Amino acid sequence: MSESAGPGFITRFFLAFSFFFRFMFNKEFAGAVMRIGKGESPAVAVEEQAITAKPKPEAVPPPLKETPPDSALQLLGLLQQEGRFIDFIEEDVTQFSDADIGAAVRVVHDGCRRALHDHMTTEPVRSEQEGARVTLSAGFDASAIRVTGNVTGKPPFNGTLIHRGWRVKTITLPKLTEGHDVKVLAPAEIEL
Amino acid sequence: MSSARYSVGIDLGTTHCALSFVDLIQSEGEGAQQQVMGVPQFTSPGNVEEKALLPSFLYLPHPEEFAQDDITPPGRDGRHYVVGELARSQGARTPIRLVASAKSWLCHPGIDRRAAVLPLDAPEEVEKISPLQASIYYLQELCDTWNNQYPDAPLAKQSVTITVPASFDPAARDLTAEAARAIGLEHFLLLEEPQAALYSWLQATGGNWRKQVHVGDIILVVDVGGGTTDLSLIAVTEQEGNLILQRIAVGDHILLGGDNMDLALAHVISAKLTNQGTRLEPWQLQGLTHGCRAAKETLLNDADVETVPVVVPSRGSRLIGGTLRTEITRAELMQAIVEGFFPRVDVSAQPLSRARGALTRFSLPYAQDAAITRHLAAFLTRQSGATVELAGFESASTGDACFLHPTAILFNGGVFKGQLMADRMCEVINSWLQKENVSHVRVLEGMDLDLAVAKGAAYYGYVRLGQGVRIRGGTAKSYYIGVESAMPAVPGIEPPIQALCVAPFGMEEGTCVELPGREFGLVVGEPVRFRFFGSSVRREDHAGVMLDHWSPEEIEELEEIEINLPAENRSPGEVVPVHLQAAITETGTLHLEAVSPSGEHWKVEFDVRGSMEGGS
Repeated sequence: MSESAGPGFITRFFLAFSFFFRFMFNKEFAGAVMRIGKGESPAVAVEEQAITAKPKPEAVPPPLKETPPDSALQLLGLLQQEGRFIDFIEEDVTQFSDADIGAAVRVVHDGCRRALHDHMTTEPVRSEQEGARVTLSAGFDASAIRVTGNVTGKPPFNGTLIHRGWRVKTITLPKLTEGHDVKVLAPAEIEL
Repeated sequence: MSSARYSVGIDLGTTHCALSFVDLIQSEGEGAQQQVMGVPQFTSPGNVEEKALLPSFLYLPHPEEFAQDDITPPGRDGRHYVVGELARSQGARTPIRLVASAKSWLCHPGIDRRAAVLPLDAPEEVEKISPLQASIYYLQELCDTWNNQYPDAPLAKQSVTITVPASFDPAARDLTAEAARAIGLEHFLLLEEPQAALYSWLQATGGNWRKQVHVGDIILVVDVGGGTTDLSLIAVTEQEGNLILQRIAVGDHILLGGDNMDLALAHVISAKLTNQGTRLEPWQLQGLTHGCRAAKETLLNDADVETVPVVVPSRGSRLIGGTLRTEITRAELMQAIVEGFFPRVDVSAQPLSRARGALTRFSLPYAQDAAITRHLAAFLTRQSGATVELAGFESASTGDACFLHPTAILFNGGVFKGQLMADRMCEVINSWLQKENVSHVRVLEGMDLDLAVAKGAAYYGYVRLGQGVRIRGGTAKSYYIGVESAMPAVPGIEPPIQALCVAPFGMEEGTCVELPGREFGLVVGEPVRFRFFGSSVRREDHAGVMLDHWSPEEIEELEEIEINLPAENRSPGEVVPVHLQAAITETGTLHLEAVSPSGEHWKVEFDVRGSMEGGS
């Protein structure tokens, strides 16, 4: 596989996972990536986003919601436990052959998939095939649909579905006992 | 019981427990309102998740092993054990502290079921528990969960049905009832698992079952769970125009199940790796078994897949490079599982048994022959006369049929999620039927293979209140006590023994037989022991019949029974004439009593102290 041909399956898999959380919890980032799909420069897109997010310093900014890290840590713990996620991400993949990485990816893919499916159900935001022509009527849900490219005029908008999007339908994370340390994603194991 | 709001079914399984319930107020006719209770359990230390199944595993942790908070459910301080998912996963790494298959030990004649013997291989410092206690803990876990979720309807006040294997002997049923009483249940019933499975099917058809089975049908229930195989035959008869279901025979207790299959496959793959120069560590075999289970499911459910890769991850944090990769081919799977456990055999086949070595390690009496089809062949052959006394079954039991012909089959247990297994099973049975020119079996569809037993049990509690059809059955065996013949003693020769039938085949719950004609002199203060026998084929013996001789295939010896007349109000050494009375309690257990002429009753106890030789 040559460099210019783009990343192979394994690297893409790796990317998909590390970007999973960013897609889920960072709308701007997700929007920026979607713009890449439309051929814009990613750096510029992110930059613009950063600038447009700044104005209006006059009023007291509404307080931003702090998200307690517990559930994120829990999810990471589950992905590690079932799919060795942290082990995989923290390993230096450059020194291994694709075959070795491939074998490990099966562990990660099987396990993470199981962890994900056991604890949440996801569904595409749009049910149409990617590449299909879609029409957005006025008042579409802007938080679930990101329009890009030639964004002008008034709805209805006609466009091509680039990415179907993902939405979590249900999520059930394990309940925690009082005093459980979620920062330990995987305990050290010592055989006696 | 009349105050019960719910009918609760508890599947107290060898590898999993589950609880299902029917809302009695909102249910009507054959449309029962049914749910399955989620059981919160530790999935890893500190993490509690709700799951439909509670793995029947119990882990006895070292006091320093976990942070105490991490394994103690809220409100249960000081608990020294873990049950469920965490127990199973932790036990896989530290097996010396794991109690597994407690239910199989509950009917093991070689050990004292009330003695703290499990885990068998635990070191001195581990505080062991008894098989009975393990069952109590599992029930307690379900009971506590229920009471937490339904504080207004405590479990002890509900109509509870607990399932047992059809092959459980009277002593094991008695112990199960004892476990239920230990958690405070008073009004509960025992139901055989294959019957529960059929109830679940009846309910799932929503009344439509009357169109799917007909008078003259013989339904074979094949229940292959994680650790046991249970067989039952249920006949469809008619009374006053209504269809009636009658359980006519049950099979032996076979310790053989889905776990054996995963292990068998893992060994095949392990041998393949050894041939390629990779020797597996014990922990890798465990990982491999896990991987094989997943691969098996893929292969069994997708006929287009020819090979499935299996990987055994490294134990350390270096995943890449340390991970072992191999693959399972369809041919290997067929060979290891389908041919290994469901071989094409003739109906005259008998399960193979090899002589056990004198130094056999003490263990559960696992089936020596893994071929489920051979066990089934032996069962159907032995039961060829099961329908003789039923009206409308003349054709099925004519002299030239060498086995009982099932006309329909109901599969239960996770193993049959693999369609290949069910298909093979049908193919083998049909080949037997074809030889006797009988039409093929029909498969009764629509089962929830994991939860059918719990669901069926809950539905049974509902049916007992008068809604829907009930399966009749009664005892699946006739029972006998051994009586020594009166003859002069000859040194070195055991006096010949006669068998007195105390409980006939098919005795229904809530009935009772007395044997006033047969009196024994019991000595006050001295326990008297009797040999005890059961037969799954002698349907004609009525209570009081005395057998002089019988063939060993007909009657099997069970554990001894014991009567102890307490010295209250009597002088030790006094001889009291008594006769025996046998009852099948409403709960479903066999209850033997000695009755004196003045009307006093003493319970005859099953000896569960392991007097018999290990193994079977």
